[in-house]
Amino acid sequence: MMKKSVKKKSLKFIGLFFTVLSYLLIFTPIVVIFILSVNASTKGYSWEGFTLKWYVELFENDVMNEPIMNTLLVAVSSTVIATVLGTAFAIGINALEKKRRVQMMVINNVPVVNPDIVTGISLMIVFSLLSFTLGYYTVLIAHVFFSIPYVILSVMPRLKKLDPNLYEAGLDLGCSRISGVFKVIIPNISTGILSGALMAFTMSIDDFIITYFTSGAEYMNVSTWLYATLSRGRSFTPAAYAYNIIIFTITIAIILFVNLKRDRKEKTV
Amino acid sequence: MGKKLIIMKNISKSFGDQLVLDNFNLYINENEFITLLGPSGCGKTTCLRILGGFETADEGTVEFNGKIINDLEPNQREINTCFQKYALFPHLNVYDNIAFGLKIKKMSKDAIHERVMNILKMVKLTGFENRMISTLSGGQQQRVAIARALVNRPKVLLLDEPLAALDLKLRQEMQYELKEMQRELGITFVYVTHDQEEALTMSDTIVVMDHGKILQIGTPEDIYNEPSSRFVANFIGESNIIKGVMLEDYSVEFFGETFECVDKGFKKSEAVDVIIRPEDLDFISPSKAKIVGIVDSLIFRGVHYEINVLVEGKELTIHTTKHRKIGDKVGLSVEPNNIHIIPRDNNA
Repeated sequence: MMKKSVKKKSLKFIGLFFTVLSYLLIFTPIVVIFILSVNASTKGYSWEGFTLKWYVELFENDVMNEPIMNTLLVAVSSTVIATVLGTAFAIGINALEKKRRVQMMVINNVPVVNPDIVTGISLMIVFSLLSFTLGYYTVLIAHVFFSIPYVILSVMPRLKKLDPNLYEAGLDLGCSRISGVFKVIIPNISTGILSGALMAFTMSIDDFIITYFTSGAEYMNVSTWLYATLSRGRSFTPAAYAYNIIIFTITIAIILFVNLKRDRKEKTV
Repeated sequence: MGKKLIIMKNISKSFGDQLVLDNFNLYINENEFITLLGPSGCGKTTCLRILGGFETADEGTVEFNGKIINDLEPNQREINTCFQKYALFPHLNVYDNIAFGLKIKKMSKDAIHERVMNILKMVKLTGFENRMISTLSGGQQQRVAIARALVNRPKVLLLDEPLAALDLKLRQEMQYELKEMQRELGITFVYVTHDQEEALTMSDTIVVMDHGKILQIGTPEDIYNEPSSRFVANFIGESNIIKGVMLEDYSVEFFGETFECVDKGFKKSEAVDVIIRPEDLDFISPSKAKIVGIVDSLIFRGVHYEINVLVEGKELTIHTTKHRKIGDKVGLSVEPNNIHIIPRDNNA
């Protein structure tokens, strides 16, 4: 009896230990960045008191303004384009017969598992073969390119769950083939589309490697700008930490919002 | 019955190398309640989907009101469908589900409101307008599906096993209500089911199908009393099928005895199948009977007993209110007009 409870206790302790450890591993970097973002010192290794000036500087600092604007502009526009195209592709793929559908999904998954560096370099080569000037548009195309498969992946399960008769019922009640898609299919896969869009947005904000190879010398987003600054041996302003924390907060807020909304919806169902 | 509203001519349809409809010919009258009856995979749903415009026939034509409609989109046909799993829109409430078709037709708000409220009353769902579909029971969803189709006042309503998911009691209730609605509205109903009882209760005309072919078309009475083949006899209700020989017109031999019957037109001494419904066999005393056997098994079915009697190695099923014990020696009698003769099907 005694032995058993000891064993139980130690098992519980091990479980707790690994839980704490994994959360530490995940969140320590974020906590460190947060501390640095409110540290008055520009050097990472010394604490000179609490400040929010880096957050203010983020919006005043001309050096960082441009990369941030670039990042957001590319993220928003690539998200919109990739979500529209990805949703359309997913609906199209779903309408194929089973064998073709599986083939298409395999093709769709190739860019997902493809290392970013391969995608980046091959896109760069394609752009130079087409003699595009590297810059905003090539980065945008690249981001749309790597976001679409993720949109398809998150829309697809929703489509599969849909009763195939639903679309036919729409047609039966007077929808044309196109308006049936908008009136029946899209409202019923909206959560999939939304999570696909969020995925595309975070993928775009997050990206360094593909942007690095397709942006050319002039155009920079935050991650390539940080890299360039560091590689020139300069230390960058702690406003970069502030930027990271803001992005992190926004992401968490979005995820919480989506999950809470979904939970509530599922409860009523 | 009115005029022919739909004519399906020489329709063939395959999926891959599987022939689902094989040179299918059928006409449907105005205001008719017609049922396509057959086992699953017999092509009845495909037939319905061709009428609705969801599938196109590989060969043949579909005529509607004198016009060929093969190439018309579903939304261009004066036909609405009630789908098997209802296919109600989960993102809309009851009112908007029913109003869906009317809104597409761009009817005025008031007119839509009036029609939706009327149809809700008809399907006994007044007060359910704002409910979401997922909060409704199966029977209620079924009613919404019917209302959603009927509110458009189609010439023809296609119903694909609409009651399959309901429990027995509710199913019987809905059968009755559907039949009432059809009579009231004067709409042609094309009904698909594998449930022979449902078909017998509701239909004006039954089309029995198997393997993409029509086996028999007729009124429920015709189909039940005069099945044209072994398959139909077995599929519609229970049947005792006995091998026999037609001696001459109005005379048939089976179990080594000669029986009077009402069938004629067979060749002399032609081998035939004799069909006798279980409720048409009656117990009489063995000494007077031409058919004598031993009671083999007995099941109580509520209204009647189902008794199996072994006669010369062949098991006959009898539905009767009379009680016999297992092992009893019994005599059986059958009226001449309850003996139904069909040509011998050697494949069966």
